[in-house]
Amino acid sequence: MDVELLLRVYPFFLKAALVTLELSVLSILLGLGCGALGAGARLSRHRVLRFLGAAYVSVFRGTPALIQLFILYFGGPQIGIQLDAFTAGFIGLGINIGAYMTETMRGAIIAVDKGQNEAARTLGLSRGQAMRRVVLPQAMRLMIRPLGVNINAQIKGTSLVAAISVVELTYTAQRYIASTYKPFEMFLLAGVIYLAIISATGLGLSWLDRRAAIR
Amino acid sequence: MLNERPVIEVRHARKSYGAVEVLRDVSLKVRKGEIVAIIGPSGSGKSTLLRAINNLDPLTGGEVWLEDTQVNEALPPRRYEAHINRVRQDIGMVFQHFNLFPHLSVRGNITLAPMMLKGIGRKEADELAEQQLARVGLSDRVDFMPSQLSGGQKQRVAIARALAMKPKVMLFDEATSALDPELVEEVNLVMKQLAEEHMTMIIVTHEMGFAQDVCDRVLFMDRGLVVEQGPPDVVFRQPRHERTRAFLRKHLQLRD
Ligand SMILES: Nc1ncnc2c1ncn2[C@@H]1O[C@H](COP(=O)(O)OP(=O)(O)O)[C@@H](O)[C@H]1O
Ligand SMILES: [Mg+2]
Repeated sequence: MDVELLLRVYPFFLKAALVTLELSVLSILLGLGCGALGAGARLSRHRVLRFLGAAYVSVFRGTPALIQLFILYFGGPQIGIQLDAFTAGFIGLGINIGAYMTETMRGAIIAVDKGQNEAARTLGLSRGQAMRRVVLPQAMRLMIRPLGVNINAQIKGTSLVAAISVVELTYTAQRYIASTYKPFEMFLLAGVIYLAIISATGLGLSWLDRRAAIR
Repeated sequence: MLNERPVIEVRHARKSYGAVEVLRDVSLKVRKGEIVAIIGPSGSGKSTLLRAINNLDPLTGGEVWLEDTQVNEALPPRRYEAHINRVRQDIGMVFQHFNLFPHLSVRGNITLAPMMLKGIGRKEADELAEQQLARVGLSDRVDFMPSQLSGGQKQRVAIARALAMKPKVMLFDEATSALDPELVEEVNLVMKQLAEEHMTMIIVTHEMGFAQDVCDRVLFMDRGLVVEQGPPDVVFRQPRHERTRAFLRKHLQLRD
């Protein structure tokens, strides 16, 4: 193990980790937005919306995220969508994880006891009011843990954008291997940094989960 | 008084799930201040009838009226939604499993609907919550969360929540069935007190003693039909139908 090399390169890896973090945050925010829209569509009264929601989920969960990224980044210009690699990266990843989050959010909403909606409707609340004031506040608490699983997957999933040359953690490791011929050290360093990010996120999420628990 | 419209009138109610007929031509009138018990074996359609009254389970045939408003009026979906939300404000309902909102305090449970639907402010809503809690004997629990209450207390809060909408009628679907035996009485007491205040009530119950003490009229249902109805003394002591007798034999025995 070349410790001296590790000490020399780790600041560059940390800088690359910032890009990984940015990608994670942006794609997760986009994913949460897509997930909320998707879940809303899947639970809608309108057939067309339900169909669109289901189609979104099956297309984006049914194809490799890498292919989705390639279509957006390499295929995009052909149909007039010109994005830099970073933007294509977080948009592609965000829309992809949004399909998983759609199912997570829908599951949490469905998991709220039916009697809750009934009690609210019986008092005279409309569908929307019952959803906003009674069902969603409970569903939100139920979805923290499974969304945490999606988020964990997404942080690791950002390494895919190395394939479209976004200079994030995985890409940086590969670049240093090309000049140092030390893949063991370089990938190990990248792995340790991923682990640190994921562990910190995990701690944050379980704190949130505990805080949100209904007393 | 005699010509006054019933508070609730159900006319020729029918309900089927696919080929299964759950309600087969059920009619029912409940006058202002009247207290009607519905008894009958499990699966006979009691809950379905009760839930048809506020359209939680829409009928497949027949009509439900609340005074001079048809609850299940045929309207285009959007207009019906507005219509039923208005009608439901006048029909209180209490469920077997309480269905308190676990994320809201006792106060929040009671004030949610009045604040959203009756346009009253926080202060007035708080006063309303205090009044209704006093009615069910739980004034000291206003800031508790539902999880901190016993089953009997939860059900009393659920009753207070329904009462806060100032309903014209209260529907109870086996309000004490999920309670430990020692907690049944406190809920029954609240219901008795409502009876003394002449609240119009329809009470689905398995407690024959309670039905006998509190109700003006008892309906015995079996397999989607009202087999027999009348004053409790008559239905309980001189039932005319064999099915009623068989049911009562089983249930009056179980009681003692
Ligand atoms: N959603 C449903 N789908 C099919 N059958 C149902 C449904 N809800 C109730 N039933 C049937 O309707 C009948 C009456 O049910 P219910 O009104 O709950 O009876 P009760 O309250 O008297 O026990 C039962 O046979 C039950 O199985
Ligand atoms: Mg029932």
